[in-house]
Amino acid sequence: MNAYVGTATSRVDGRAKVTGAAKYAGEFTVDGLVHGFVVEATIPRGRIARLDTSEALKVTGVLDVLTHAHRPPLADKVEAWKDEVAPDEGSPFRPLYDDIIKFNGQPIALVVATEWETAKFAATLVRVEYQEDHTFATELETGRNRATEVKRPHEPRGDAAGALAGAAMRHEADYFVPTEHHNPMELFATTAVWDGNGRLTVYDKTQGVLNVHRYLCGVLDKQPDEIRVLSPYVGGAFGSGLRPQYQVVLATLGALALKRSVRVVLTRQQMYGLGYRPATIEHVGLGAKPDGALEAVMHEATAVTSRYEDFARNDSGWAEQLYKSRNSHYSHKVVRLDVSTPCDMRAPGAASGVCALECAMDELAVALKLDPIELRLKCYSDRDQSEDLPYTSKQLRECYARGAEAFGWSKRNPAARSMRDDKELVGWGMATGVWEALQMPVAVRIVLTANGHAEVFCAASDIGTGTYTIVAQVAADALGLPIENISVKLADSTLPQAPVEGGSWMAASSAHAVLGAAEDIRQELARLASAMPSSPLAGIDAAEVILVDGTIASNGEKSRAVPITDAMRYGKLERIEKHKLNHFAEDKSHARNTHSAVFAEVKVDEQLGVIRVTRVVSAVAAGRILNTKTGRSQIMGGVVWGIGMALHEETVMDHRFGRIMNANIAEYHIPVNADIHDIDVIFVDERDDHINRLGVKGLGEIGIVGVPAAIANAVYHATGKRIRRFPITLDKLLT
Amino acid sequence: MINFQYSRAADVADAILLLTAHPGAKLIAGGTNLIDLMKENVEQPSWLIDISRLPLRKIEETADGGLRIGALVPNSDFAYHPLIEQRYPLVASAILAGASAQLRNMASVGGNLMQRTRCAYFYDTATPCNKRTHGSGCSAIDGLNRNHAILGTSAACIATNPSDMSVALAALGAFVHIAGPSGERTIALTDFHRLPGDTPHIDTNLDTGEIITAIELPPRGFAHNYSYLKVRDRLSYAFALVSVAAALELEGNAISEARVALGGVAHKPWRSFEAEAALRGQAATVEHFSHAADFLLQGARASAHNGFKVELARRAIVRTLMQAASATPQSQAHKKIA
Repeated sequence: MNAYVGTATSRVDGRAKVTGAAKYAGEFTVDGLVHGFVVEATIPRGRIARLDTSEALKVTGVLDVLTHAHRPPLADKVEAWKDEVAPDEGSPFRPLYDDIIKFNGQPIALVVATEWETAKFAATLVRVEYQEDHTFATELETGRNRATEVKRPHEPRGDAAGALAGAAMRHEADYFVPTEHHNPMELFATTAVWDGNGRLTVYDKTQGVLNVHRYLCGVLDKQPDEIRVLSPYVGGAFGSGLRPQYQVVLATLGALALKRSVRVVLTRQQMYGLGYRPATIEHVGLGAKPDGALEAVMHEATAVTSRYEDFARNDSGWAEQLYKSRNSHYSHKVVRLDVSTPCDMRAPGAASGVCALECAMDELAVALKLDPIELRLKCYSDRDQSEDLPYTSKQLRECYARGAEAFGWSKRNPAARSMRDDKELVGWGMATGVWEALQMPVAVRIVLTANGHAEVFCAASDIGTGTYTIVAQVAADALGLPIENISVKLADSTLPQAPVEGGSWMAASSAHAVLGAAEDIRQELARLASAMPSSPLAGIDAAEVILVDGTIASNGEKSRAVPITDAMRYGKLERIEKHKLNHFAEDKSHARNTHSAVFAEVKVDEQLGVIRVTRVVSAVAAGRILNTKTGRSQIMGGVVWGIGMALHEETVMDHRFGRIMNANIAEYHIPVNADIHDIDVIFVDERDDHINRLGVKGLGEIGIVGVPAAIANAVYHATGKRIRRFPITLDKLLT
Repeated sequence: MINFQYSRAADVADAILLLTAHPGAKLIAGGTNLIDLMKENVEQPSWLIDISRLPLRKIEETADGGLRIGALVPNSDFAYHPLIEQRYPLVASAILAGASAQLRNMASVGGNLMQRTRCAYFYDTATPCNKRTHGSGCSAIDGLNRNHAILGTSAACIATNPSDMSVALAALGAFVHIAGPSGERTIALTDFHRLPGDTPHIDTNLDTGEIITAIELPPRGFAHNYSYLKVRDRLSYAFALVSVAAALELEGNAISEARVALGGVAHKPWRSFEAEAALRGQAATVEHFSHAADFLLQGARASAHNGFKVELARRAIVRTLMQAASATPQSQAHKKIA
C-alpha cells in the first residue's frame, strides 16, 4: 500500500526544526562544558618557528592552549587518518600534528577557556613566528603547465583527436569554473562530551557518524566502545561534511587533554579553511557532421588539489551517458598547490564538467544553426557508450519535451539579441543534466511494539534532505501503520550501519533497508496471525499477507484481517525487532542515471549588464519520487544554487599571500531573494522496474547539474556574448 | 574581540568629555559596523562610549524649511519618515538600497556616515593595509581591486566609502552638525569625508572629541525628478560597484538645477560641481547627460581589475539622470532597473 510513498508528506522533523527543539552539534550542553577557539596559520607554506602561548595562558578563564607541541597523542600512521572518503593518493591533513604549514587558514592551536569569548580573545594573544617558504603557489592557471594526469573517467574510444581535427564542424574552448565554498547555514561544530575514563560522546556536524567514529578511533587510538558519535540534525553540508573536519579532532583532543567536555564551533571565516569545489579549467572539444551528428568528444579537466592529497572527480566523461559519438577521450588532471584539499560539493565533478559540456553543445548548436534541443536529440544516446549498456530507465527525451512545453521553447527566436523587453535583452537557454543513480549497503533495525508503534533505527544522517521523512514514509507503508506511529532515529554510531550520506544514494539505499526489515516483520506477523484461534487468516500463505491499516490482511480480501496489536498480544510479544541490511543484486547489465532538462530565461539590462534569471524550468527524470514535496524542494534548492554558480559564486584568493579574501557571506555572494524569480519543477514519469524494488534513483545532486550552463546559454542568446569564465558578472558583459 | 571598557554617556557634553579623556575610545550607537570590525580585531577600541540613549532621535523642520535629523535616528526611521518620503525621496531611496531591513533598523544616521570601507584587506589583519595600520602598505593597489576606487585615489589607498545614504545627502547638499570640545560647528557633507591622500587611516574631518549631533537637509528636496541607482553584483544585499544619486529641477525640458553624486567609486561620495553647472540650462538629453558624466569621471584612474567601473559609471550616470528627468525613479523594491 502506498499511503505515503510518492505523496507530498510534510517533514516529520519540520516542527522540531522550526521550534528549535531539534538540536545541532554545537547546541548540546553538559555541566562543565568549556569552549575551544581555533588559531589559524596566516601563511600558505612553511614551518612554525615559534609558537608562544604564554600570554594567552595568563588570561583568566583560559584552561589550556593545545598545539602540535602540547597535545594528547595522535596517530602517526597515515592510514589511521584515511577516512572512508579520503582520496586514494596522498596523506590526509592532520591537525596539530606537527609544525608544518600546508595551507593558509590551517589550524595551529586551540585555545580552551571556560567561555567562548575568552577563548576567542586569548587566541589573539597566541604569538606565532614562521619560517616562511616563499616558493608557495596557489593559482590554478599559472600552474596549468605542470598539471598531472590522475585519472581517466573512461577509456578512450576510437581516435578522438583525429576525428576532431577532421570534423566538418569543430568547437573547442576552455571553460573556467572558480573555487566555490559550500557555506552551509550551520557552522561546523563539535561538542565532545567527556564521559569519564577516556570515553567520549561526540556530537558532530557530519554526513556520516560511522566515518567519523572509525576515524576518531584510529586517530585517537580508541576502542570502538570508547567513542560514540551522534549527528541527529545537520543544517546543510552539501558534501562539506563527508570527511571528518578538523574541529572534531580538536574538540576531542581538548576533551582528552582536559578530561572535560569541550565544544569547538568554527566561525564562518574559518570554514573557508575546509574543503571546497576546486577551481577547474574544463577543456572541451566537439566535432560534428553538418547535420549535428557528433564525431568526436574530448574533455579534459584541470583542477586544483592540495600538495598532500590528489582529489579528483569525474568532471569529464558525462558525454558518454548523453551523446553518441564514435570517438571520445576524457581525462582529469590536477595541479598540486599550497591549499587545503578540495572536497565534494553538490554534484561533484558534474556540476562543473557538465556545465562546460553543455555550454560547448550550445556553441556547437549555434555554429551548426541547429536548435539546441534538436542537436541534443540528434546525438541522443540510448546506451551508456563507455560500457555499451542500456539504461535501467532514461526518460530524458520526455524531460526535453515536457520542459520545452512548460517553458514555451517553441516561441524562441534562435538569433542572439533577437528578443527584448523594454530596456532588457531577453535570452532563452537550455542544458541537459545527468547524475548517477547509486545505491549502497545500508542496514536498519525496526522495532514494532505491541501498541502498534514502530521505531526505525539507522546510522545514516539526514543532512536536511529529508531522510527522516522518507524513512518514516516507507516504514509506514510497509508496516501498514499511520506515519504518526513511526519514529525514526538516525545518525548515531551505535545504530545499524550506513555509509556517509552523499552522492544521492541515501534515499534508495535506506528505503530498501526499511523494506527488508519490514518484510521480516510482516513474515513474523503473518505467522502469528494465521496461528491465532479461528483466525480469518488461518492457513493463508505468508506471501498472500499484507500489512494495511494497522492490520495483517489477506492481499486479495482485505476484510480477512487481524489487527497487528491482537496478533502480538496472542503471541505474547511486547516487541518484534528485525535488523536488515539492504540487498541489491549485483547487476552490471545496465547503466543507472538520473537526467534532467533545464530551461532558463534571463533578462539583461542592455546598458548596464545587470542579469536577472526570470524563469527556470527543470524537468527531472529520477525514477519514483518518494516525496514530491521534499523532492521538489531539493530540485528548487539545486536550481537556486545553479543560479549562484552561474552568476555569483566565486572564492577569491590573493595569490601573493595565498589567502582567500572573501571568506564571509557578505562578500562571497550567493543569490538572495531578489535574485530568485519563478522556478518550475517537473518530475517526469519514469517507471524503473529494474533499478530496485521501489524504482527510486535519488535527487540530491541532479537539481544543480545543467543549471549554470542553461543560464550561460541564455545570457549568450540575450546578448550575443559568450562568457566562458564563471561567474558571469556584469563587468564581463560590459567589455 | 579584545576586552574594552564601557560607559554610557549621560548627555552630549559627557560624550565629548569621555571621548577627549580616552584617546582609544569610540562612540557606539547601533554598532552594526563597529561590532563587526571589533569581532575581526580590525577595530580595537579601549573604551566604548554608548551614546545610543542620548536625545538625538528627532526629525524636525528648520526655520528655513529644511529638515534636521538627529544623529541617532535609525536609518529605517529616516527613510520611512513622511516628510522624507514627501520632500526628499532621493534620500529614502538611497537608504533603502543599502543593507537589510534588520541592519537599517539598528544603524543610526550618524553611524552611517562613520561606517568604514569594505576593502577586503582592511578587514584581514594578516595583510598590510594603510587604512588599518598607517604606513603598513596598501595590498589592494597591486592586488584584488575589482571593487575599489577609480576617483580621488592616492598611492596609499584606493578604498571606497560604502555608504548609500551619504551619496544622496551629498547630492542634496546636506550639512553635518558637530559638537566638540570647542563648541558646535557645521560642515557640508561633501567636506565631511576625506580623500585618502597619505593619511587613509583618517576617514573624516571630525576632530578629536567631536561627535555628530545631526544632519541637516536644505529646503530643496528635488522630490519630483530624482533617482538613486545602485549597480551591484547581486540584486540586493551587496555593496555598490557604482551608485548614482541624481536630482533635477526642470522647466519644460530644460534643466534649471542639477545634482549628481556617485558612490562606490571613491573614498567619499563623489560630486562634481562642474558637471552640475554644465547641465544647468541644457535640455535633459542623453547627450548632455553624457557630457556631465565626462566631468564627473574626469581624472578617473583604474587599477588592474576595476577598469569596467569607468564605463559602468558613465552609463549609470546617464541612466540615472534619464530616470530622474522622466520622473521614473529607480524602485528599491522592484529589482528590475527602471
